Amino acid sequence: MPVQVRGELLGTRRVGAYHVLTITAPGVPEAARPGHFVALAVGGDNSAMLLRRAFSIHGVTLRGVYGGTVDIAVGVAGPGTQWLANLHRHDPIDVVGPLGRPFALPKQPVSALLVGGGYGAAPLFMLAEELRTRGCRVDVVLGAATEDRLFNVLDAKRMASTLTITTDDGSTGTRGRVTDVLPEIMSRTNTDVVYACGPMPMLAAVTELARSHGAHVQTAVEESMACGIGVCMTCVLPVIGDDGVTRMLRSCVDGPVFRGDRIRWDDLDTIPADCYGAPGSRA
Amino acid sequence: MTRAVISYGPIPVEQLGHDVDMTAELGGTWLPNPVLTASGCAASGRELDTFFDITKIGALVTKSIMLAPRSGRPTPRMAETPSGMLNSIGLQGPGIDGFIEHDLAWLRERGVRTVVSIAGSNADEYTKLAQKLRNVPEILAIEVNISCPNVENKGLIFARDPASAAAVITNVRRNTPSDIPVIAKLSPDVTDIVEIARACVRAGADGLALINTLLGLVIDTTTMRPQLAGITGGLSGPAIRPVAVRCVWEVHQALPEVPILGMGGIRNGVDALQFILAGASAVSVGTATFNDPAAPARVLSELRHELALRGFERLTDAVGHAHRGADVEPEPGLGAEHHSGPVPRWP
Repeated sequence: MPVQVRGELLGTRRVGAYHVLTITAPGVPEAARPGHFVALAVGGDNSAMLLRRAFSIHGVTLRGVYGGTVDIAVGVAGPGTQWLANLHRHDPIDVVGPLGRPFALPKQPVSALLVGGGYGAAPLFMLAEELRTRGCRVDVVLGAATEDRLFNVLDAKRMASTLTITTDDGSTGTRGRVTDVLPEIMSRTNTDVVYACGPMPMLAAVTELARSHGAHVQTAVEESMACGIGVCMTCVLPVIGDDGVTRMLRSCVDGPVFRGDRIRWDDLDTIPADCYGAPGSRA
Repeated sequence: MTRAVISYGPIPVEQLGHDVDMTAELGGTWLPNPVLTASGCAASGRELDTFFDITKIGALVTKSIMLAPRSGRPTPRMAETPSGMLNSIGLQGPGIDGFIEHDLAWLRERGVRTVVSIAGSNADEYTKLAQKLRNVPEILAIEVNISCPNVENKGLIFARDPASAAAVITNVRRNTPSDIPVIAKLSPDVTDIVEIARACVRAGADGLALINTLLGLVIDTTTMRPQLAGITGGLSGPAIRPVAVRCVWEVHQALPEVPILGMGGIRNGVDALQFILAGASAVSVGTATFNDPAAPARVLSELRHELALRGFERLTDAVGHAHRGADVEPEPGLGAEHHSGPVPRWP
């Protein structure tokens, strides 16, 4: 169950182009699983920015001098994320979390391939640790436009059997997209399951490759949200259910992790004509 | 009524020597307190119940339900705006049958006072919705949403035209048990909201919900196209509060006997108090819930405190208090951040 707590910033560190914030948030780290996210209020109590900003949980500590903490990765993209990046140690932060459905974990010690685009890679680190404690092989691919947009290469190196880097401009690693290197890695490591987090076009392409390899694929989507808790119906996308029916599901409570093969990637930002409740249909 | 001369500050209610009777009336129904959720900002209650006890607020207003299941509009459905947001959800929902079977059953089980909000594409659909709800037990009231800006023909055909509005309200009133109030939800996007309000009351509305969102548009300057897939959306949040308070004021002045459920940008107890003083018998907390999921419960305790500070013993005494004639003696300037002493008059 998510909680709303008044947390406190313990510290901010730069990781490439990103800011990693460590926040005390009693009750959140204890319940957090890989793939969960938190929704943070920005701008203070009288802020003109009403909507919470959602961040996947990068890491947690359960105890310490300050009690439990959560780490999140912030890429400054506007005044809200700028406000978060500028916070000082001990500033209060209103935290709601943990939210969403986490990654599904395998029962057997399978071969897992983790694919992260930009700071979308943030939740994959907790996931890698969890997979390794289950005896899984963990390979990692990180991709970004440029070297400074890669997230946390150092930790990825430490936790992965193999780490492959791609950048669009070739500033480090292989020049190109993550999808350029996936087929070779999947055959070499006999990938059973792919976990991916990053921009939607990347998730669509990764899903396609994973399916053609015969691997399961779990994707954590990035949809813009207003509330993060399931009431506003802003963050919907077309997802095929167990019954074969497509519904507009909320990525905040029904996701953000979905089976990649269940998302209708080609129909994002539309209401498919055969969707439950679509205009003209009598579902 | 006696009024203590007190300075503004966080004085606990207990130290003020009296509590405030928060009982509120809404169209012939009595509520233990005047703070409700707003339709579309609380889904069907389940999610918010995690953050505060939804049985403790005045009532839960459900997201407007339509006859058939509905997928809503494509994304993007939302744009943040200064002190507000635009939404273009398009009334996504399970349809009335699924809603009665799952959502209303859960609310009843949980013991939540529930106002059911309904929306139709035409007058006939409203009638059918009322008939579907006729035999459902323990509904507190029906809110007739005739002003959603995010459906075909902008939905405003009803709330923009007195005759269309009246036709819908007549149908719903006729098909609803007499002990269940029918509340018409109106749009501020009209030339004269009083005219629409009057038409709804004549048609049998027991109360009015003021206001729905204002129609707005944001252009994304990167794509150089409208940011919302639906092009236009409904503007909500503190940005629209003065418009909402003005609407409540005008309608209360014209129709002082008609209960008003006031809403539009209420974020804290002082905001809620503005609506009460302007003439609202109860208030809804909407968009603020996206910022603070416990907002309805917090606004309730803050409103209680603000009423106590001003010497009110009953909420009902404060309803419309801003419409009173000139005070015999100037009242102390409570919360006078911008002025002190008597309220200055225009020359």
